Amino acid sequence: MYPSSFEYYRAESVREAAKLLKQHPGAKLLAGGHSIIPLLKLRQTEVSALIDIGRIADLRAINGGMIGACCTYAQVAAAGGLPAALTEAASHVGDPAVRARGTIGGGVAHADPASDLPTVLLALNAKFHISKGRTARVVPAIKFFTGLYETALKEGELLVAIEVDAEARGTGSAYAKLENPASRYAMVGAAASVTIVNGVCTDASVAVGGLTTHAWRSKRVAGALLETTLDADSISKASKRIVKELPDDLLGDMHASADYRRAMSQVFVERAVTAAAARAKK
Amino acid sequence: MAKTVGTSVKRVEDPRFLRGQGTYTANLQLPGMTHLAVKRSPHAHAIIKRIDATRALALPGVLGVFTGKDLIEGGCGPLPVGWSVPNQKTPERHALMPDRVRHVGDGVAAVVAESSYIARDALDLIDVEYETLPVVTDARKAAAPGAPLVHQAIANNISYEWELGDKQACADGLAEAHIVVEQELINSRLVPNAIEPRACVAQWNAPDDQMTIWTTSQNPHPIRVLLSAFTLKIPEHKLRVIAPDVGGGFGSKIFHYPEEVIVPWVSRKINRPVKWVSTRSEAFITDSHGRDHVTVAKMGFKRDGTITALQVTTWANQGAYLSTFASLIPTILYLGCISGMYKVKGIFGHVFATFTNTVPVDAVRGAGRPEAAYLVERMIDIGARRLKKDPWEVRHKNFIPASEFPYQTPVAFNYDSGDYHAICDKVATLADLKGMRERQAEARKAGRLVGIGFSTAIEISGYGPSKVVTSIGSALGMWESAALRVYPTGKVTLFTGSHSHGQGHETTFAQIAADELGIAVSDIEVVHGDTGRVQQGVGTFGSRSGTVGGTAVVKAAAKVREKMRRIAAHQLEAAEEDVVFDQSNGTAYVKGSPDKAKTFFDMAFSTFTANHLPAGMEPGLEEQAFFDPTGLTAPNSAHIAQVEVDPATGEVQIQRYVAVDDVGNVINPMIVEGQLLGGIVHGVGQALLECARYDSNGQLLSGSMMDYAMPRSNLMPMIETGRTVTPAPSNPLGVKGAGEMGTIASTPAICNAVMDALQIDHLDMPLTAERIWQAMQ
Repeated sequence: MYPSSFEYYRAESVREAAKLLKQHPGAKLLAGGHSIIPLLKLRQTEVSALIDIGRIADLRAINGGMIGACCTYAQVAAAGGLPAALTEAASHVGDPAVRARGTIGGGVAHADPASDLPTVLLALNAKFHISKGRTARVVPAIKFFTGLYETALKEGELLVAIEVDAEARGTGSAYAKLENPASRYAMVGAAASVTIVNGVCTDASVAVGGLTTHAWRSKRVAGALLETTLDADSISKASKRIVKELPDDLLGDMHASADYRRAMSQVFVERAVTAAAARAKK
Repeated sequence: MAKTVGTSVKRVEDPRFLRGQGTYTANLQLPGMTHLAVKRSPHAHAIIKRIDATRALALPGVLGVFTGKDLIEGGCGPLPVGWSVPNQKTPERHALMPDRVRHVGDGVAAVVAESSYIARDALDLIDVEYETLPVVTDARKAAAPGAPLVHQAIANNISYEWELGDKQACADGLAEAHIVVEQELINSRLVPNAIEPRACVAQWNAPDDQMTIWTTSQNPHPIRVLLSAFTLKIPEHKLRVIAPDVGGGFGSKIFHYPEEVIVPWVSRKINRPVKWVSTRSEAFITDSHGRDHVTVAKMGFKRDGTITALQVTTWANQGAYLSTFASLIPTILYLGCISGMYKVKGIFGHVFATFTNTVPVDAVRGAGRPEAAYLVERMIDIGARRLKKDPWEVRHKNFIPASEFPYQTPVAFNYDSGDYHAICDKVATLADLKGMRERQAEARKAGRLVGIGFSTAIEISGYGPSKVVTSIGSALGMWESAALRVYPTGKVTLFTGSHSHGQGHETTFAQIAADELGIAVSDIEVVHGDTGRVQQGVGTFGSRSGTVGGTAVVKAAAKVREKMRRIAAHQLEAAEEDVVFDQSNGTAYVKGSPDKAKTFFDMAFSTFTANHLPAGMEPGLEEQAFFDPTGLTAPNSAHIAQVEVDPATGEVQIQRYVAVDDVGNVINPMIVEGQLLGGIVHGVGQALLECARYDSNGQLLSGSMMDYAMPRSNLMPMIETGRTVTPAPSNPLGVKGAGEMGTIASTPAICNAVMDALQIDHLDMPLTAERIWQAMQ
């Protein structure tokens, strides 16, 4: 596994990282290295330079719902106060070695369609804090994931933090996935967040991954959950809606065909919503 | 000195492995080392029109680029095969293919450079022009009329056809059957995936005309023979092959591989040490694969469940060329085992071995025997289902009775020993089969898809004698060699031709020698894997090390004891026949007078001072023995698996796995347990996960760990194990092979459990969630 040669820079601050990005066209950011390094080793991609942002302290901290982009999955999984779906998904990414090095920001910026966290962050309506050094902007999850390995990040920008709302009493979230037996990426991933007020669902958000080019939000399932008591029957009925709501063209491979994934979307949405509802009712 | 055989002595090799201090081929650093990389075909079938290395040679640090033509002109011969069946067509296979490539990964050029990075960069600068050709990847389709020919001169892509059994008895058996079940079964293709990738280092020593090769091999001595006589053609006494610490083989490191030719040839050419280390990506497309059978089988049953006949037709995929032992696997090791643990008169099998545009197929853990067990055990379950009989009872009905051993099957092998009813009773007790079934019935009533699967499977291990094995196709004898060098101070080095690549021989062989000589395990050092140090050897495969290699140690130790006994008699001024060697403490004394014993040290030291030896006795104490097995051993097993299928997704959860194995006497229970557990998980991997898939262009779709699913620990519940012991009569230790039994038995146990859960006849492996879900729709 021998990558072709590239230059390496270590940024000490977000501003320096932005500056280095500007100075080195064709450069990529290096955080935990769990997406870029394998691609480089297999020569599936080449870069002129890697800019290492993995040691910028500001990016490695979790403050309330503000998660630094370079926080590892293990850090997220262990953090208190974050939505259950997020810690649940983070604790199921890859294996312990991957979770110890891989970062939440690196993962979502890579935007693999089978990745777990984009699905969860979409269901949680996370906000993506983006910097270009002197300027900054915030992009909502629904606008952040734009295509196959594509995000709203523009040339010269870096993701610095992901912001999620703490779960208030009456709100619950969960993530359920059908793992690829080899890679453990999601063949179908489903995330749900529901809020119950006076026994009735007043807010619901559902997203799926592994099915389309990028994390995908189901409006019809979420809509059908509203005003119900989130009993098994209404969850089951609402989950069925995703099968027809999904676009015609779904991802599929030798591990799971598009048809199978479509059928499984219902199963895993149902499981995610059921678990989320149970947490909301606690 | 308490006996150590039969006790779980801790593995003496583990401290260095656990501390990362093992010496693997890739760890070697020699002064002036250069690095080699192989340019491989991206096409499954193509004519090489032109190779232009101009740009690569211009890259600073590149020392040379060599093609197949260079190697052939430089004297390299084609890779030979080590097994030949009648009328076998063996196509020419070169270390680098000079004019045509036949599978993705076939080597076309090698580049050697000052660093591995430069070598890798240079690969991209070698321009190869190909003319692509039509491709065939499926074993059965390859034999169909009009299929693309992998080798122009080999009609219908058939390397050989092979038959075994009694055709008439089989036809009669089918005719008298109450029912005949027929089933097509596909035994999926496996990638062996040892944790250590293959590697090779070569150092040419010009002043002495000596070549030293370090290679990841399970059998360095035969590799040296092949290198010397066929491929590299360096005289054997000028060639040293070392297989240092090797991180797993599972059969894939038995074979003579192209890089073992290229690397030393280049080393001599540039007169510098050369290293090649396979990447994991290369391993997927160059290590020999396993299994890959398409079979149509018929099994006949009487109304009471008695099996009357088994008829088998198999298309065995050999890949693009015949790997070293390719034609051993789907012939005697496969058809020879289709009698299973059962007494069946009418058995007949016919195999078509075909070439395809895929990686060559050879032995992978079990090698033919898992294919046989899978076939037989699946067919029995299908038959039992049709007969509405308990598959456990059908097995019982057909077992070879313990009173009939040794038992000659209608398909070649003579089983040495076993008690199949006893092993089944033991596993049923251990599993609480009755309770298990009651709980299953309750669960099924509640709508849960719980299934129980059985497998009662045979292995053939430690095969011999050489005379028989060579008469059916082997180019090498199946003996093993051991030597014991006793130093003046009584410490011992044991040299064995067996090779440990995970088996723990440094411990178990020392245990054998310790018990035979009456000294401590810690007083014995085991040396293996080096043709420069170990006298002779065959190597480790087919679960033969304990039975054959271990027996050679026993024989060598007997010679040491005998010499010591004679020395003691001389020194005690007693008649030789009155002196005994006491194996419990390594002393020799006149019968009845252990108080006046000569110690192991006394006798060893006497061979050094050589001043009190019997007349005519040579000084020194070093004894060597060869053991050629007189027969084979037939380890056997009875496994029970319980699974539950998720009706919503088709996912399988293994709830219980209970395994009782009869591997004869056991040298080190902990190590045997480890072998069995590892083997079981390996076989479960095939049942549920592992499968090498090619697309229609011959591209390996499952060509990385991202897509090739291997078993992980969370797949398995705690495996419950037990043992029965019927000692092997053909070796003094009474041991049978243990390295492959688990793998052979576990695949059908899991498949049968899943079919039981689904209440259907058959699904092909791997039993993925989607395949099961589709079956439920």
